[in-house]
Amino acid sequence: MLKDFLKGLWRENPVFVQVLGMCPTLAVTTKAVFGASMGMATTFVVVSSSIVISLIRRFIPEQVRIPMFTVIIATFVTAADYFLKANFYQISKALGPYVPLIVVNCLILGRAEAFASKNGVFRSFLDALGMGLGFTCALVVLGAIREVLGAGTVFGYRVMWDGFSNWIVMILPAGAFLTLGLLVGVFNMVDKKISVEKK
Amino acid sequence: MDYTKTIQELILILIAASITNNFVLTYFLGICPFIGVSNKVESSIGLGIATTFVMTLAATVTWLIYHYVLVPYNLVFLQYVTFIIVIASLVQFVEMFIRKVSPPLYKALGIFLPLITTNCAILGLTLFMVLRNYTFLESIVFGLGAGVGFTLALVVMAGIREELEFADVPEPLKGAGITLILAGMLALAFMGFGGIISG
Repeated sequence: MLKDFLKGLWRENPVFVQVLGMCPTLAVTTKAVFGASMGMATTFVVVSSSIVISLIRRFIPEQVRIPMFTVIIATFVTAADYFLKANFYQISKALGPYVPLIVVNCLILGRAEAFASKNGVFRSFLDALGMGLGFTCALVVLGAIREVLGAGTVFGYRVMWDGFSNWIVMILPAGAFLTLGLLVGVFNMVDKKISVEKK
Repeated sequence: MDYTKTIQELILILIAASITNNFVLTYFLGICPFIGVSNKVESSIGLGIATTFVMTLAATVTWLIYHYVLVPYNLVFLQYVTFIIVIASLVQFVEMFIRKVSPPLYKALGIFLPLITTNCAILGLTLFMVLRNYTFLESIVFGLGAGVGFTLALVVMAGIREELEFADVPEPLKGAGITLILAGMLALAFMGFGGIISG
């Protein structure tokens, strides 16, 4: 049971290991707070759609399962989008079309197809929660790194010394690719070290 | 009606969508196939053409549906669900149509078509189209330009990756890591085009 939850955080981390859901990962992580809100919105969608899909999995005909999953996901994304618009207008505005784009985040459809459509409700819930949190953590880390180097702040608080000149490239698209590429490399290195030590 | 001005604007949209605001390298849309498929130049050209085709069609159809069905009947909250269904059925329809009309073309593009539904670039395109209030003609040109830009990025990347097979990449960066770093460099290179249409 616990394994279902934990694997999303490290062993099968959606961003660093499976390289899924790249569009939001790269696009919204100019600031840590955007990464956190995108991560939470995605977690909400993946958890609720996994629960629903797992509940009705016996009634979904094999051939039309993908369109069904997509419609269920799109419904929850609409809910999340309207929630953000109503309560956190600034964030919703900053994230722009990337909130509706959660619909096509391969991570969510991937969980629906690979896990929720085959397992019980509680296990699917844990699996989705783990994946969502793993995704959120990755986004926050990426966002924090880019924010520190690109603007000298983390979650809006100034952390760099006064004379620090911002690396503009970090908040540009190129910075997103470079940072994530290096992070994936670092992740692989640490992961390898851990598995060697275990042996 | 000032025709030269209209045409000028259309050309601007085409160039912006394909080069200066390249979908893959500045909006991070369509990253999954960008990382997953772009191993061979030949197959990325196939995927690129198929995607361009679907993008142009999707822009056309969703524009009509949005402006003649969703807006007049006050159904804008169904936007995401509708768009994703339209795209999925469009892809299915295009697949059947090509198979019937031109078997050689189907043979060339066939395997790529199902992949396109989950390509976030297509949904992203339709969302941007609505956000920017494009006219009917502008939307078609926008779809075409975005497709061309996607193809361009995909093919360039595939070319680089073919060469990369002979390069000595550090172990932890193999696979996704080096691809992302390369994409970052490409994004930097594409930023050089930024000056073209600002004037």
